[in-house]
Amino acid sequence: MNMIVCIKQVMDPETPPASFKIDPQTNKVIPPPGIAPVPDPYSEYALEAALRLKAENSGKITAISLGNDLLRDVVKKSLAMGADELILLEDEAFAGGDSCSTAIALAAAIKKIGEYDIVFCGRQAADWGASQVGSGIAELLGLPCLTLAQKVEATDGKAKVEVVTDDGYEVVETTLPAVITVSNELGEVRYPNIKGILKAKKKEPIIWKPADIGLEASEVGAAGRCTKLVKLFQPVREGEAEIISGDTPEEAAVNLALKLREIKLI
Amino acid sequence: MAESSGVMAYAEASKDKLTTTTRELLGIGRNLANELGEPLCAVLAGDGVSSLADEAISLGADRVYVIDDPLLKEYLSDSFTPVMERLAAEVSPRIILLGQTDAGRDLAPRLAFRLKTAATLDCVDLTIDAASKRLQATRPVYGGNALATFTTETDPQIVTIRVKAFSAATADASRKGEVIKAEAGLEPAAVRTKVLDRIVEEVEGLKLEDAAVVVSGGRGIGGAEGFKQLEELAHLLKGALGASRPPCDNGWVSELLQIGITGKIIAPDLYLAVALSGSSQHLSGCSGSKNIVAINKDPEANIFQAATYGVVGDWKKVVPALTEKIRELTSG
Ligand SMILES: Cc1cc2nc3c(=O)[nH]c(=O)nc-3n(C[C@H](O)[C@H](O)[C@H](O)COP(=O)(O)OP(=O)(O)OC[C@H]3O[C@@H](n4cnc5c(N)ncnc54)[C@H](O)[C@@H]3O)c2cc1C
Ligand SMILES: Nc1ncnc2c1ncn2[C@@H]1O[C@H](COP(=O)(O)O)[C@@H](O)[C@H]1O
Repeated sequence: MNMIVCIKQVMDPETPPASFKIDPQTNKVIPPPGIAPVPDPYSEYALEAALRLKAENSGKITAISLGNDLLRDVVKKSLAMGADELILLEDEAFAGGDSCSTAIALAAAIKKIGEYDIVFCGRQAADWGASQVGSGIAELLGLPCLTLAQKVEATDGKAKVEVVTDDGYEVVETTLPAVITVSNELGEVRYPNIKGILKAKKKEPIIWKPADIGLEASEVGAAGRCTKLVKLFQPVREGEAEIISGDTPEEAAVNLALKLREIKLI
Repeated sequence: MAESSGVMAYAEASKDKLTTTTRELLGIGRNLANELGEPLCAVLAGDGVSSLADEAISLGADRVYVIDDPLLKEYLSDSFTPVMERLAAEVSPRIILLGQTDAGRDLAPRLAFRLKTAATLDCVDLTIDAASKRLQATRPVYGGNALATFTTETDPQIVTIRVKAFSAATADASRKGEVIKAEAGLEPAAVRTKVLDRIVEEVEGLKLEDAAVVVSGGRGIGGAEGFKQLEELAHLLKGALGASRPPCDNGWVSELLQIGITGKIIAPDLYLAVALSGSSQHLSGCSGSKNIVAINKDPEANIFQAATYGVVGDWKKVVPALTEKIRELTSG
């Protein structure tokens, strides 16, 4: 079973809200000082799904990350977790893209890799969260796509996937090759072990530029966007809460109940 | 493609009625269509959906395209994408609106790539730019820490709307409209996926999304036992139980109770947030609440930034006393 996993490098989504700042001049997020980027947690669920399949069926996992300034420590985590190969679409031209130009480049790279049964993506990236790259790759490669998987089983030529729904889940079967996007309901993602970390240290990623995947610089990154960002801003918070106090926590609770009654909420 | 015009809303039904989200779609759809001075049409695609056309008209649609076909009994991207592709080519709408629902969030990007245009998902605000007449679509990004407004140069401009972010259209039975039947024209062989089973997890009591009061717990609750106490309080307030992500991940409560960017989006009158810190990802799912009341032992917790009222203290002391007092106040 040959699997490809798309893994994005993102700003740490656990950055405390107080450290989250925007530069209104450039419409960009100011990288929070002292907080390093991480692999997108949803991409890691995608990798975990692939690793579980590999454990059952054997096979090969190729991780792909697209971006500029990709930190080796961040992108190599996929190797440390158990991916066999790492391809970086790394070039200035890839910077500033949207899900449209990202999907076009990833699809071109996947085509070049050639042999694959399943392409895994996260359900949405933790930064811009466009929730489209998986579906986009599927459209561009003419593949079926199942979104929001929580469990994946695969046997020759077919996959059986549990897909999260609003009130439970569906079991859906698809022919392979296919694209599958993975949700956090998959369950815990493994940590790299020492052996994995040592292996990752020695392994060098393959780097592809736009020309290597048959694209012009004008078709990728910011130049290839289908959407234009007009404005990036922070929602206004309506000030702080009125703290209901009391001599003891129990008394505060009673005062809260009285307050809620006063404003007719209960 | 001909010059595009008008707004198309992708309607969804449940139990022989249009869903609340569909009412919201028709509400904002009508506003956008009026602003453009162009018609609003609704699409009803499914099996046995013809009878809902009148309801869509009463909610504001000038025209309803009905595609009634047994092959559309359940949503699959492989079957609904070509159906919508054909209809979009025939009607050439300027804008296609869908709900951020199981079907909508899957269909929108698929359709956008098929039609060589762009989609923006989970929008909380939609306006027409006066000068360019283009749609400006605003959505939460960075886990709810920021909002971003996007435009696109190509038609149709496809967007999904966040549930409960727009006011629902009110029905007016005197409204007139046209119903047009269209063919699905589906090749069964082109559908490569198949639903084998559907598991609906019954959550006891009131549905989280419909409740006027939600009592929600976070990691600080510590286990399933603690959630029993919150459930009792929710019950007393005729409300529903909710949770942040850690209690769901830890199996203390059902995953269906998760509130947030990747969970349920709710907007109750009262949201009681107990022992949860108020991460941006969580707040993104409940910031539409009319009143947020926080109970947290940490006065610095971010939830107090979003709350109207708060109590600083250990929930193990606060919640029982609160429950008792509320019982006293509400028992007549
Ligand atoms: C991509 C991504 C998507 C996510 N999506 C979601 C989502 O949809 N929904 C969601 O909720 N989270 C989501 N998260 C997780 C989110 O970032 C936070 O980690 C999570 O919301 C924290 O949950 P919490 O507030 O319950 O826990 P914590 O942040 O650990 O907070 C626990 C709080 O309990 C308080 N506390 C502890 N003990 C007591 C006590 N005895 N009495 C009173 N107070 C006490 C503490 O002071 C603290 O404030 C997502 C994360 C990522 C990266
Ligand atoms: N720059 C990127 N490099 C690699 N994978 C990506 C990139 N951007 C998006 N993806 C993949 O697509 C998923 C969804 O991203 P998005 O559609 O942007 O929300 C992510 O979870 C990744 O698996």
